[in-house]
Amino acid sequence: MTVHSFQEKFDEKIDREDTIEPRDWMPDDYRKTLIRQISQHAHSEIVGMLPEGNWITRAPSLRRKAVLLAKVQDEGGHGLYLYSAAETLGITRDEMLEQLHSGKAKYSSIFNYPTTTWADMGAIGWLVDGAAIMNQVPLCRTSYGPYARAMVRVCKEESFHQRQGFEIMLTLAKGTEEQKKMAQDALDRWWWPSIMMFGPPDAESPNSESSMRWRIKRFSNDELRQKFIDVTVEQTKILGLTLPDKDLKWNEARGHYDYGAINWEEFWNVVKGNGPCNKERLETRRKAWEEGAWVREAALANAKKRAERKNKEASAA
Amino acid sequence: MKELLKYTLQLADNALILGHRISEWCGHGPVLEQDIALTNTALDHLGQARSFYQYAAEQFNALPVSEKEHFFTSSAIQSIIKDGKQVDEDDLAYLRDGWDFRNTLLVEQPNKDWAYTIIRSFFYDVFNFFFYTELQKSTDVTLSAIAEKSLKEVTYHLRWSSEWVIRLGDGTDESAQRINEAIANRWQFTGELLTMSEAEKAVATSGIGVDLEKIKTLWKERVAAVFAEANLDVPANGWMHQGGKEGKHSEHLGYILAELQFVQRAYPNMQW
Ligand SMILES: [Fe+2]
Ligand SMILES: [Fe+2]
Repeated sequence: MTVHSFQEKFDEKIDREDTIEPRDWMPDDYRKTLIRQISQHAHSEIVGMLPEGNWITRAPSLRRKAVLLAKVQDEGGHGLYLYSAAETLGITRDEMLEQLHSGKAKYSSIFNYPTTTWADMGAIGWLVDGAAIMNQVPLCRTSYGPYARAMVRVCKEESFHQRQGFEIMLTLAKGTEEQKKMAQDALDRWWWPSIMMFGPPDAESPNSESSMRWRIKRFSNDELRQKFIDVTVEQTKILGLTLPDKDLKWNEARGHYDYGAINWEEFWNVVKGNGPCNKERLETRRKAWEEGAWVREAALANAKKRAERKNKEASAA
Repeated sequence: MKELLKYTLQLADNALILGHRISEWCGHGPVLEQDIALTNTALDHLGQARSFYQYAAEQFNALPVSEKEHFFTSSAIQSIIKDGKQVDEDDLAYLRDGWDFRNTLLVEQPNKDWAYTIIRSFFYDVFNFFFYTELQKSTDVTLSAIAEKSLKEVTYHLRWSSEWVIRLGDGTDESAQRINEAIANRWQFTGELLTMSEAEKAVATSGIGVDLEKIKTLWKERVAAVFAEANLDVPANGWMHQGGKEGKHSEHLGYILAELQFVQRAYPNMQW
């Protein structure tokens, strides 16, 4: 077969909404785009463990501590599924981590903001996991099989995280004046970064036609952002809190909420590395990796010794 | 019985403080799989701590007011009693002062590095495995039920930490040197695990608590067996620190509590 006929077969599969599997032929661009997207997603999961991990030792009740530990553990698990999915495309986890540590690979900018109070555990679960769900649900039907299957598992857990986050916010919002202030402060700080999670406006990011065609993307950034805002405004009413956007208004004609101008300068600035915690997050990941080097070496050396001993015993027998 | 309450708190505090230390690794592990495994272990310890605290709270609430007032020094707990309210698991974990914590000194020792973390867990897991095995036979149904429920987790913890002791002892030169250093520095906290406090003696006589004499040999044999497989030497007995079970702690516990109790202490009397 010629490359041309490989391409035709691939296109047919995409058109039939069949999944592409690791052994199938795929265009180079498809492979590269997926590696970039899945590894970025995996990095976001593990860097995302840090802002929330920051409150595990200080969680205000034993039940909240258990739920938070379980949540952060889930995020590690998501990282694991996603690294494995990316590995099926012919890149190793070590290579991906090297790209993260060198700053070549990106991760979600939202994790470059600090978690300064307990309420941030509520705001992150509710808003950040909430926005992640909006972005990720369509990926459960993405064309690449291992990615789609990983996303099905991830999405189930994310919706649990979102409920837990909302419950923290609700408890604070119904609590004392100080707790309400904590909740409002967290909402004020996390709202704009959360809606930036959907990426630049459509006008500035013409959806790559191929990503749409490959079902790596199904909705535009602005479509998803609007959907998230519409849902979240209603949830904020239940909390009795105020979203920090004075231009937020129901638009009868559109059937959606209008919202104020997003500060894209801030967004690009954080992407470039100038967010409040970019350096800290990356340094923490690098430090964990470097300080773990001797541990990984020991595990490898021991496994090798055991295998050699087993071989010796087998040949002696 | 006040001795049973002290005993229950000792078990709860050991689990809480060790779980706290292990949870400090979350997000910082040497490899993602181990990060997840440690977080899971921290969750197990926390779950066990909660079961024991809930039982301790039940016992405390049943005491006559005159006894409750003098049981803990914490003014925060005393004001709960004054208001005629009951204490719960969180009050016991978040509002007691350091000298009312009864955990062993071993579990409050810092993580330092992977070797120190592994050896602390290993010494404790060996103890905990034989301890819970015995505690299952307790005449106290709540304690025996918690022991039975926890033993599966503890069995897994012991397998995990034993494996790592072997990997480090029989891995590279560096790992062997590091685990030997960790053993040399943490060994002095193992004696307390197997030395009975007044509360432990009291509950052991009545068949509620575990007679630690019964598990002393088992502990030593298991440690020796794993060390032999790991090419490690068991240190000579030497000086052993005591005091945690009686509320006499190292400097480390204060910092743990400062973090653990911070929100509840800074914003008292709130629901979270
Ligand atoms: Fe996740
Ligand atoms: Fe999540």
